[in-house]
Amino acid sequence: MAKIIRKEKLSELVWRFRLDAPRIARKRKAGQFIILRPSNDTERIPLTIANADEAQGWIEIIFQVVGRTTLILSELSEGESVLDLAGPLGKPTHVEKFGKCLCIGGGVGVAPLYPIVCALKNAGNEITTIIGSRTKELLILHDEMLEKSDRVLVTTDDGSMGAKGFVSDVFNDLQNRGEHFDTAFVIGPVIMMKVTTSLTVKAGITTYASLNPIMIDGTGMCGGCRVTVGGKTRFACVDGPEFDASGIDWDEMIKRLNSYRAFESKAQKSHVCKMEGVR
Amino acid sequence: MNTSQNTTEKRFQRIPMREQDPSERSGNFNEVPFGYSEEEAVAEAQRCLKCKKPLCVQGCPVNVKIPEFIGLIAEGKFAEAAQKLKETNALPAICGRVCPQEEQCESKCILGKKGDPVAVGNLERFAADWERQHGEVTIPKKKLPNGKKVAVIGSGPAGLTCAGELVKDGFDVTIFEALHEPGGVLVYGIPEFRLPKQIVRQEINYLEKLGVRIEKNFIVGKTATIDDLLNEEGFCAVFVGSGAGLPSFMNIKGENLIGVYSANEYLTRSNLMKAFQNNAHTPIMKGKRVVTVGGGNVAMDSARTALRLGAEKSMIVYRRSETEMPARKAEVHHAKEEGIEFHLLCNPVEIEGNEDGFVQNIKCIKMELGEPDNSGRRSPKPVAGSEFDLDCDVVIIAIGNKPNPLIPSSTPQLKVSKWGTIEADESNGKTSMKKVYAGGDIVTGAATVILAMGAGKIAAKSIIEEL
Repeated sequence: MAKIIRKEKLSELVWRFRLDAPRIARKRKAGQFIILRPSNDTERIPLTIANADEAQGWIEIIFQVVGRTTLILSELSEGESVLDLAGPLGKPTHVEKFGKCLCIGGGVGVAPLYPIVCALKNAGNEITTIIGSRTKELLILHDEMLEKSDRVLVTTDDGSMGAKGFVSDVFNDLQNRGEHFDTAFVIGPVIMMKVTTSLTVKAGITTYASLNPIMIDGTGMCGGCRVTVGGKTRFACVDGPEFDASGIDWDEMIKRLNSYRAFESKAQKSHVCKMEGVR
Repeated sequence: MNTSQNTTEKRFQRIPMREQDPSERSGNFNEVPFGYSEEEAVAEAQRCLKCKKPLCVQGCPVNVKIPEFIGLIAEGKFAEAAQKLKETNALPAICGRVCPQEEQCESKCILGKKGDPVAVGNLERFAADWERQHGEVTIPKKKLPNGKKVAVIGSGPAGLTCAGELVKDGFDVTIFEALHEPGGVLVYGIPEFRLPKQIVRQEINYLEKLGVRIEKNFIVGKTATIDDLLNEEGFCAVFVGSGAGLPSFMNIKGENLIGVYSANEYLTRSNLMKAFQNNAHTPIMKGKRVVTVGGGNVAMDSARTALRLGAEKSMIVYRRSETEMPARKAEVHHAKEEGIEFHLLCNPVEIEGNEDGFVQNIKCIKMELGEPDNSGRRSPKPVAGSEFDLDCDVVIIAIGNKPNPLIPSSTPQLKVSKWGTIEADESNGKTSMKKVYAGGDIVTGAATVILAMGAGKIAAKSIIEEL
């Protein structure tokens, strides 16, 4: 059991929960994730640790409501608890003084990017952060990113904040201006990662992407999270979640994420209907 | 004359255990055998010759006092029989169901020379079930607390056994379990129709009653390391029973298509996450034509689960012949009765899918048996040009597990073999690291429940002696 000590709505579908988790707060490093199960009869879902305070013993998760389990999670109140919380899982981000770092986040992927930005900053890197979302209302962690980055560039699909377009367009602009980066970290929807990392890799930048495949246990036991990287099958839970983006088989990853799409949309609809009935 | 002949014949004939009809059970997840009635158990127990030097006991990895408990059943003292079992085996209801008795105790039975050996497993199951069903589960005498804390990593058969032995000896025992439910492979791996989860739950409750603490959602190696447990959290010793939880794949083309599962994932979705229940929220692909690759118990469990989830055809593909199959004979028999189709002496070479990435068929090649390999089994070789396709929408890979690397990789002092197993002395469970013991699949590679229990017991004995 992990108590929700703070609950905050970041945008229409995105929530930030602060969870009482002293052991995880002590051990976690940037790039790692947890697995949680909000209540009985829900899925075990992996979520990146977005922030943590060792002294106060909490971690934060940021999640978007995408299915039944995340919907049920979002309906828990401050003071209530998530039933199961385990972590920290996965390999931490490889952090060193790279020099000029480019951190690119899209949608709710800005959340897992944040601890990486913090860790890179602490290691003395110069950081350019590009964050994007569909609209201004859906953009998260802008202030936090401003505080930790040397520069933050914002883009929205509809132009309601920052430049109109995609994060990949902003990167293209930087490249056209002759800017150079040593390392890039890209996290967001798979299609965004596929497009953006192809550009950064082509520009000769060592690029890492953090993958979020379907997972059950998070400890290497089920193999459901397998991804092909550099022609080899890897388990995102124990070998990742971050991989050198140049070798990731994005198309396979996109297909595998759709394994249960029919099942999920049905489940979410039926849950919403029932909840509406109650109200 | 006739009567005595009958008696002799009866002496050599086992009382069969009644089972659900194959056509009925292939559509439900209820346990297959019903268990003995009291009369049946007494009759079977009376077959035991009560050998002076019982060889059956030697055949048991935890040396259950077999003639004694069977003698008590023969006298109708069922509760006493269960207690006798528990003196040496903390999990009799589980062992009675999943131990390969035919290779162990029962294989040594003198009666087996002329007829059927005594059904030790069936009787073990009967005594444990009787005690549970009659609400007379007793707590054995415990030694006074000695104030010494021991950490047990993993709540599978090795860990549960080790914890049970230690707590009875007065130790303060905490089990650390990575998942949200204790039981390890007993819960995520073995299906309901072979081992009802209610039974596992009750055996674990029993350990908790004895005083064992269970910390779920605690991943040793991540949430805390073995060093943390020993140096910061006050544990005097650690037993590692983390199992063989890292599925092997074949490394053939198409293995990451949608609908290809490791047996671990398939069974975990069905068993631990309850996808087998009608109103389940965990998705599982209920294939119409399911191919399971492998010939062990896990393969049988997977193929039979697929059938129960509604497959029209559930097939096993195994590269050797039936003789070499590592699965228990009884499980292969059950699978055949239920209509599982066996494709023996053939091996997958590629899995093919449609444009959306869903499995469509598996391409196999016929095999023939050559010379015996290192395992003593004749090694299969492909027959050139014999490829054929099996149409299917789900493929389950059940070709074994490697040891989970989380603990070895976070504990560099711990010596591991080239296969990734932890090196431990089989006679006492000691590893290369002081105060750290190990046993079960993490040491031996994937093996059986009872061997893991035996290792848990040996390590507990050695911890009791050392501390």
